[in-house]
Amino acid sequence: MTFFVIAEGVIAFLLVAGGIFAFTGSLGMLQFKDFFMRLHGPTKGTTLGIGCVLIASMLYFTITQREFHVQELLITLFLFISAPVTGHMLAKTGLHMHLRFITGTRGSTPEFRDEDVGQSRVARPAKARHPWKTRRQRKRPVLPR
Amino acid sequence: MLDTALMISLMLIVLAMAMNIYRLAIGPDIPDRLLALDTLYVNSIALIVLLGLWLNTKTYFEAAMLIAMLGFVSTMAICRYLLRGDIIE
Repeated sequence: MTFFVIAEGVIAFLLVAGGIFAFTGSLGMLQFKDFFMRLHGPTKGTTLGIGCVLIASMLYFTITQREFHVQELLITLFLFISAPVTGHMLAKTGLHMHLRFITGTRGSTPEFRDEDVGQSRVARPAKARHPWKTRRQRKRPVLPR
Repeated sequence: MLDTALMISLMLIVLAMAMNIYRLAIGPDIPDRLLALDTLYVNSIALIVLLGLWLNTKTYFEAAMLIAMLGFVSTMAICRYLLRGDIIE
């Protein structure tokens, strides 16, 4: 009896916490000033919120139907893996498109190479050469920037 | 207690989705809209899971899984299109 009361309390707490985290993430996305600040809310807050909701659902079905449920854990793991990748790609897109940002967002220059920011061409790796059959290097024509 | 928690959670997530849609409408640049779409699908997964809790069925988890995978793939595709001008080179 006591076990069910405690389990219900835990599930209710996880549900409300998930809702609050998701709400806070979306509120951050609505209120922050530029794109790179807006990226923080959804990638962290919303992911944590949905993790809470899915774990609450897993606990509920495990307790009420008396068998172990792991499908929700699968979704949680997938979201926790894919959210940083999405955030990284969105940040790269924002840097590439030269979005407006406020002064406090800008990092120091050596953090990014020029080709990461879109200021220069993507570096081409040097070609492997045969150890003894060296051929005269042809001069590569300089492409206009 | 569980019903009240479920109602509060549903309300908060619907509010979050409304804010996402607002950002999707007013977003000044394309990556803002893309970020809003990304958050919208994540919130829709939460909504589907809460619907499954409300109706006491586990029918909807496959739908949530499908939305998670397709949303990730589509966000990646649009990011690559914006970055390189092409999806598969």
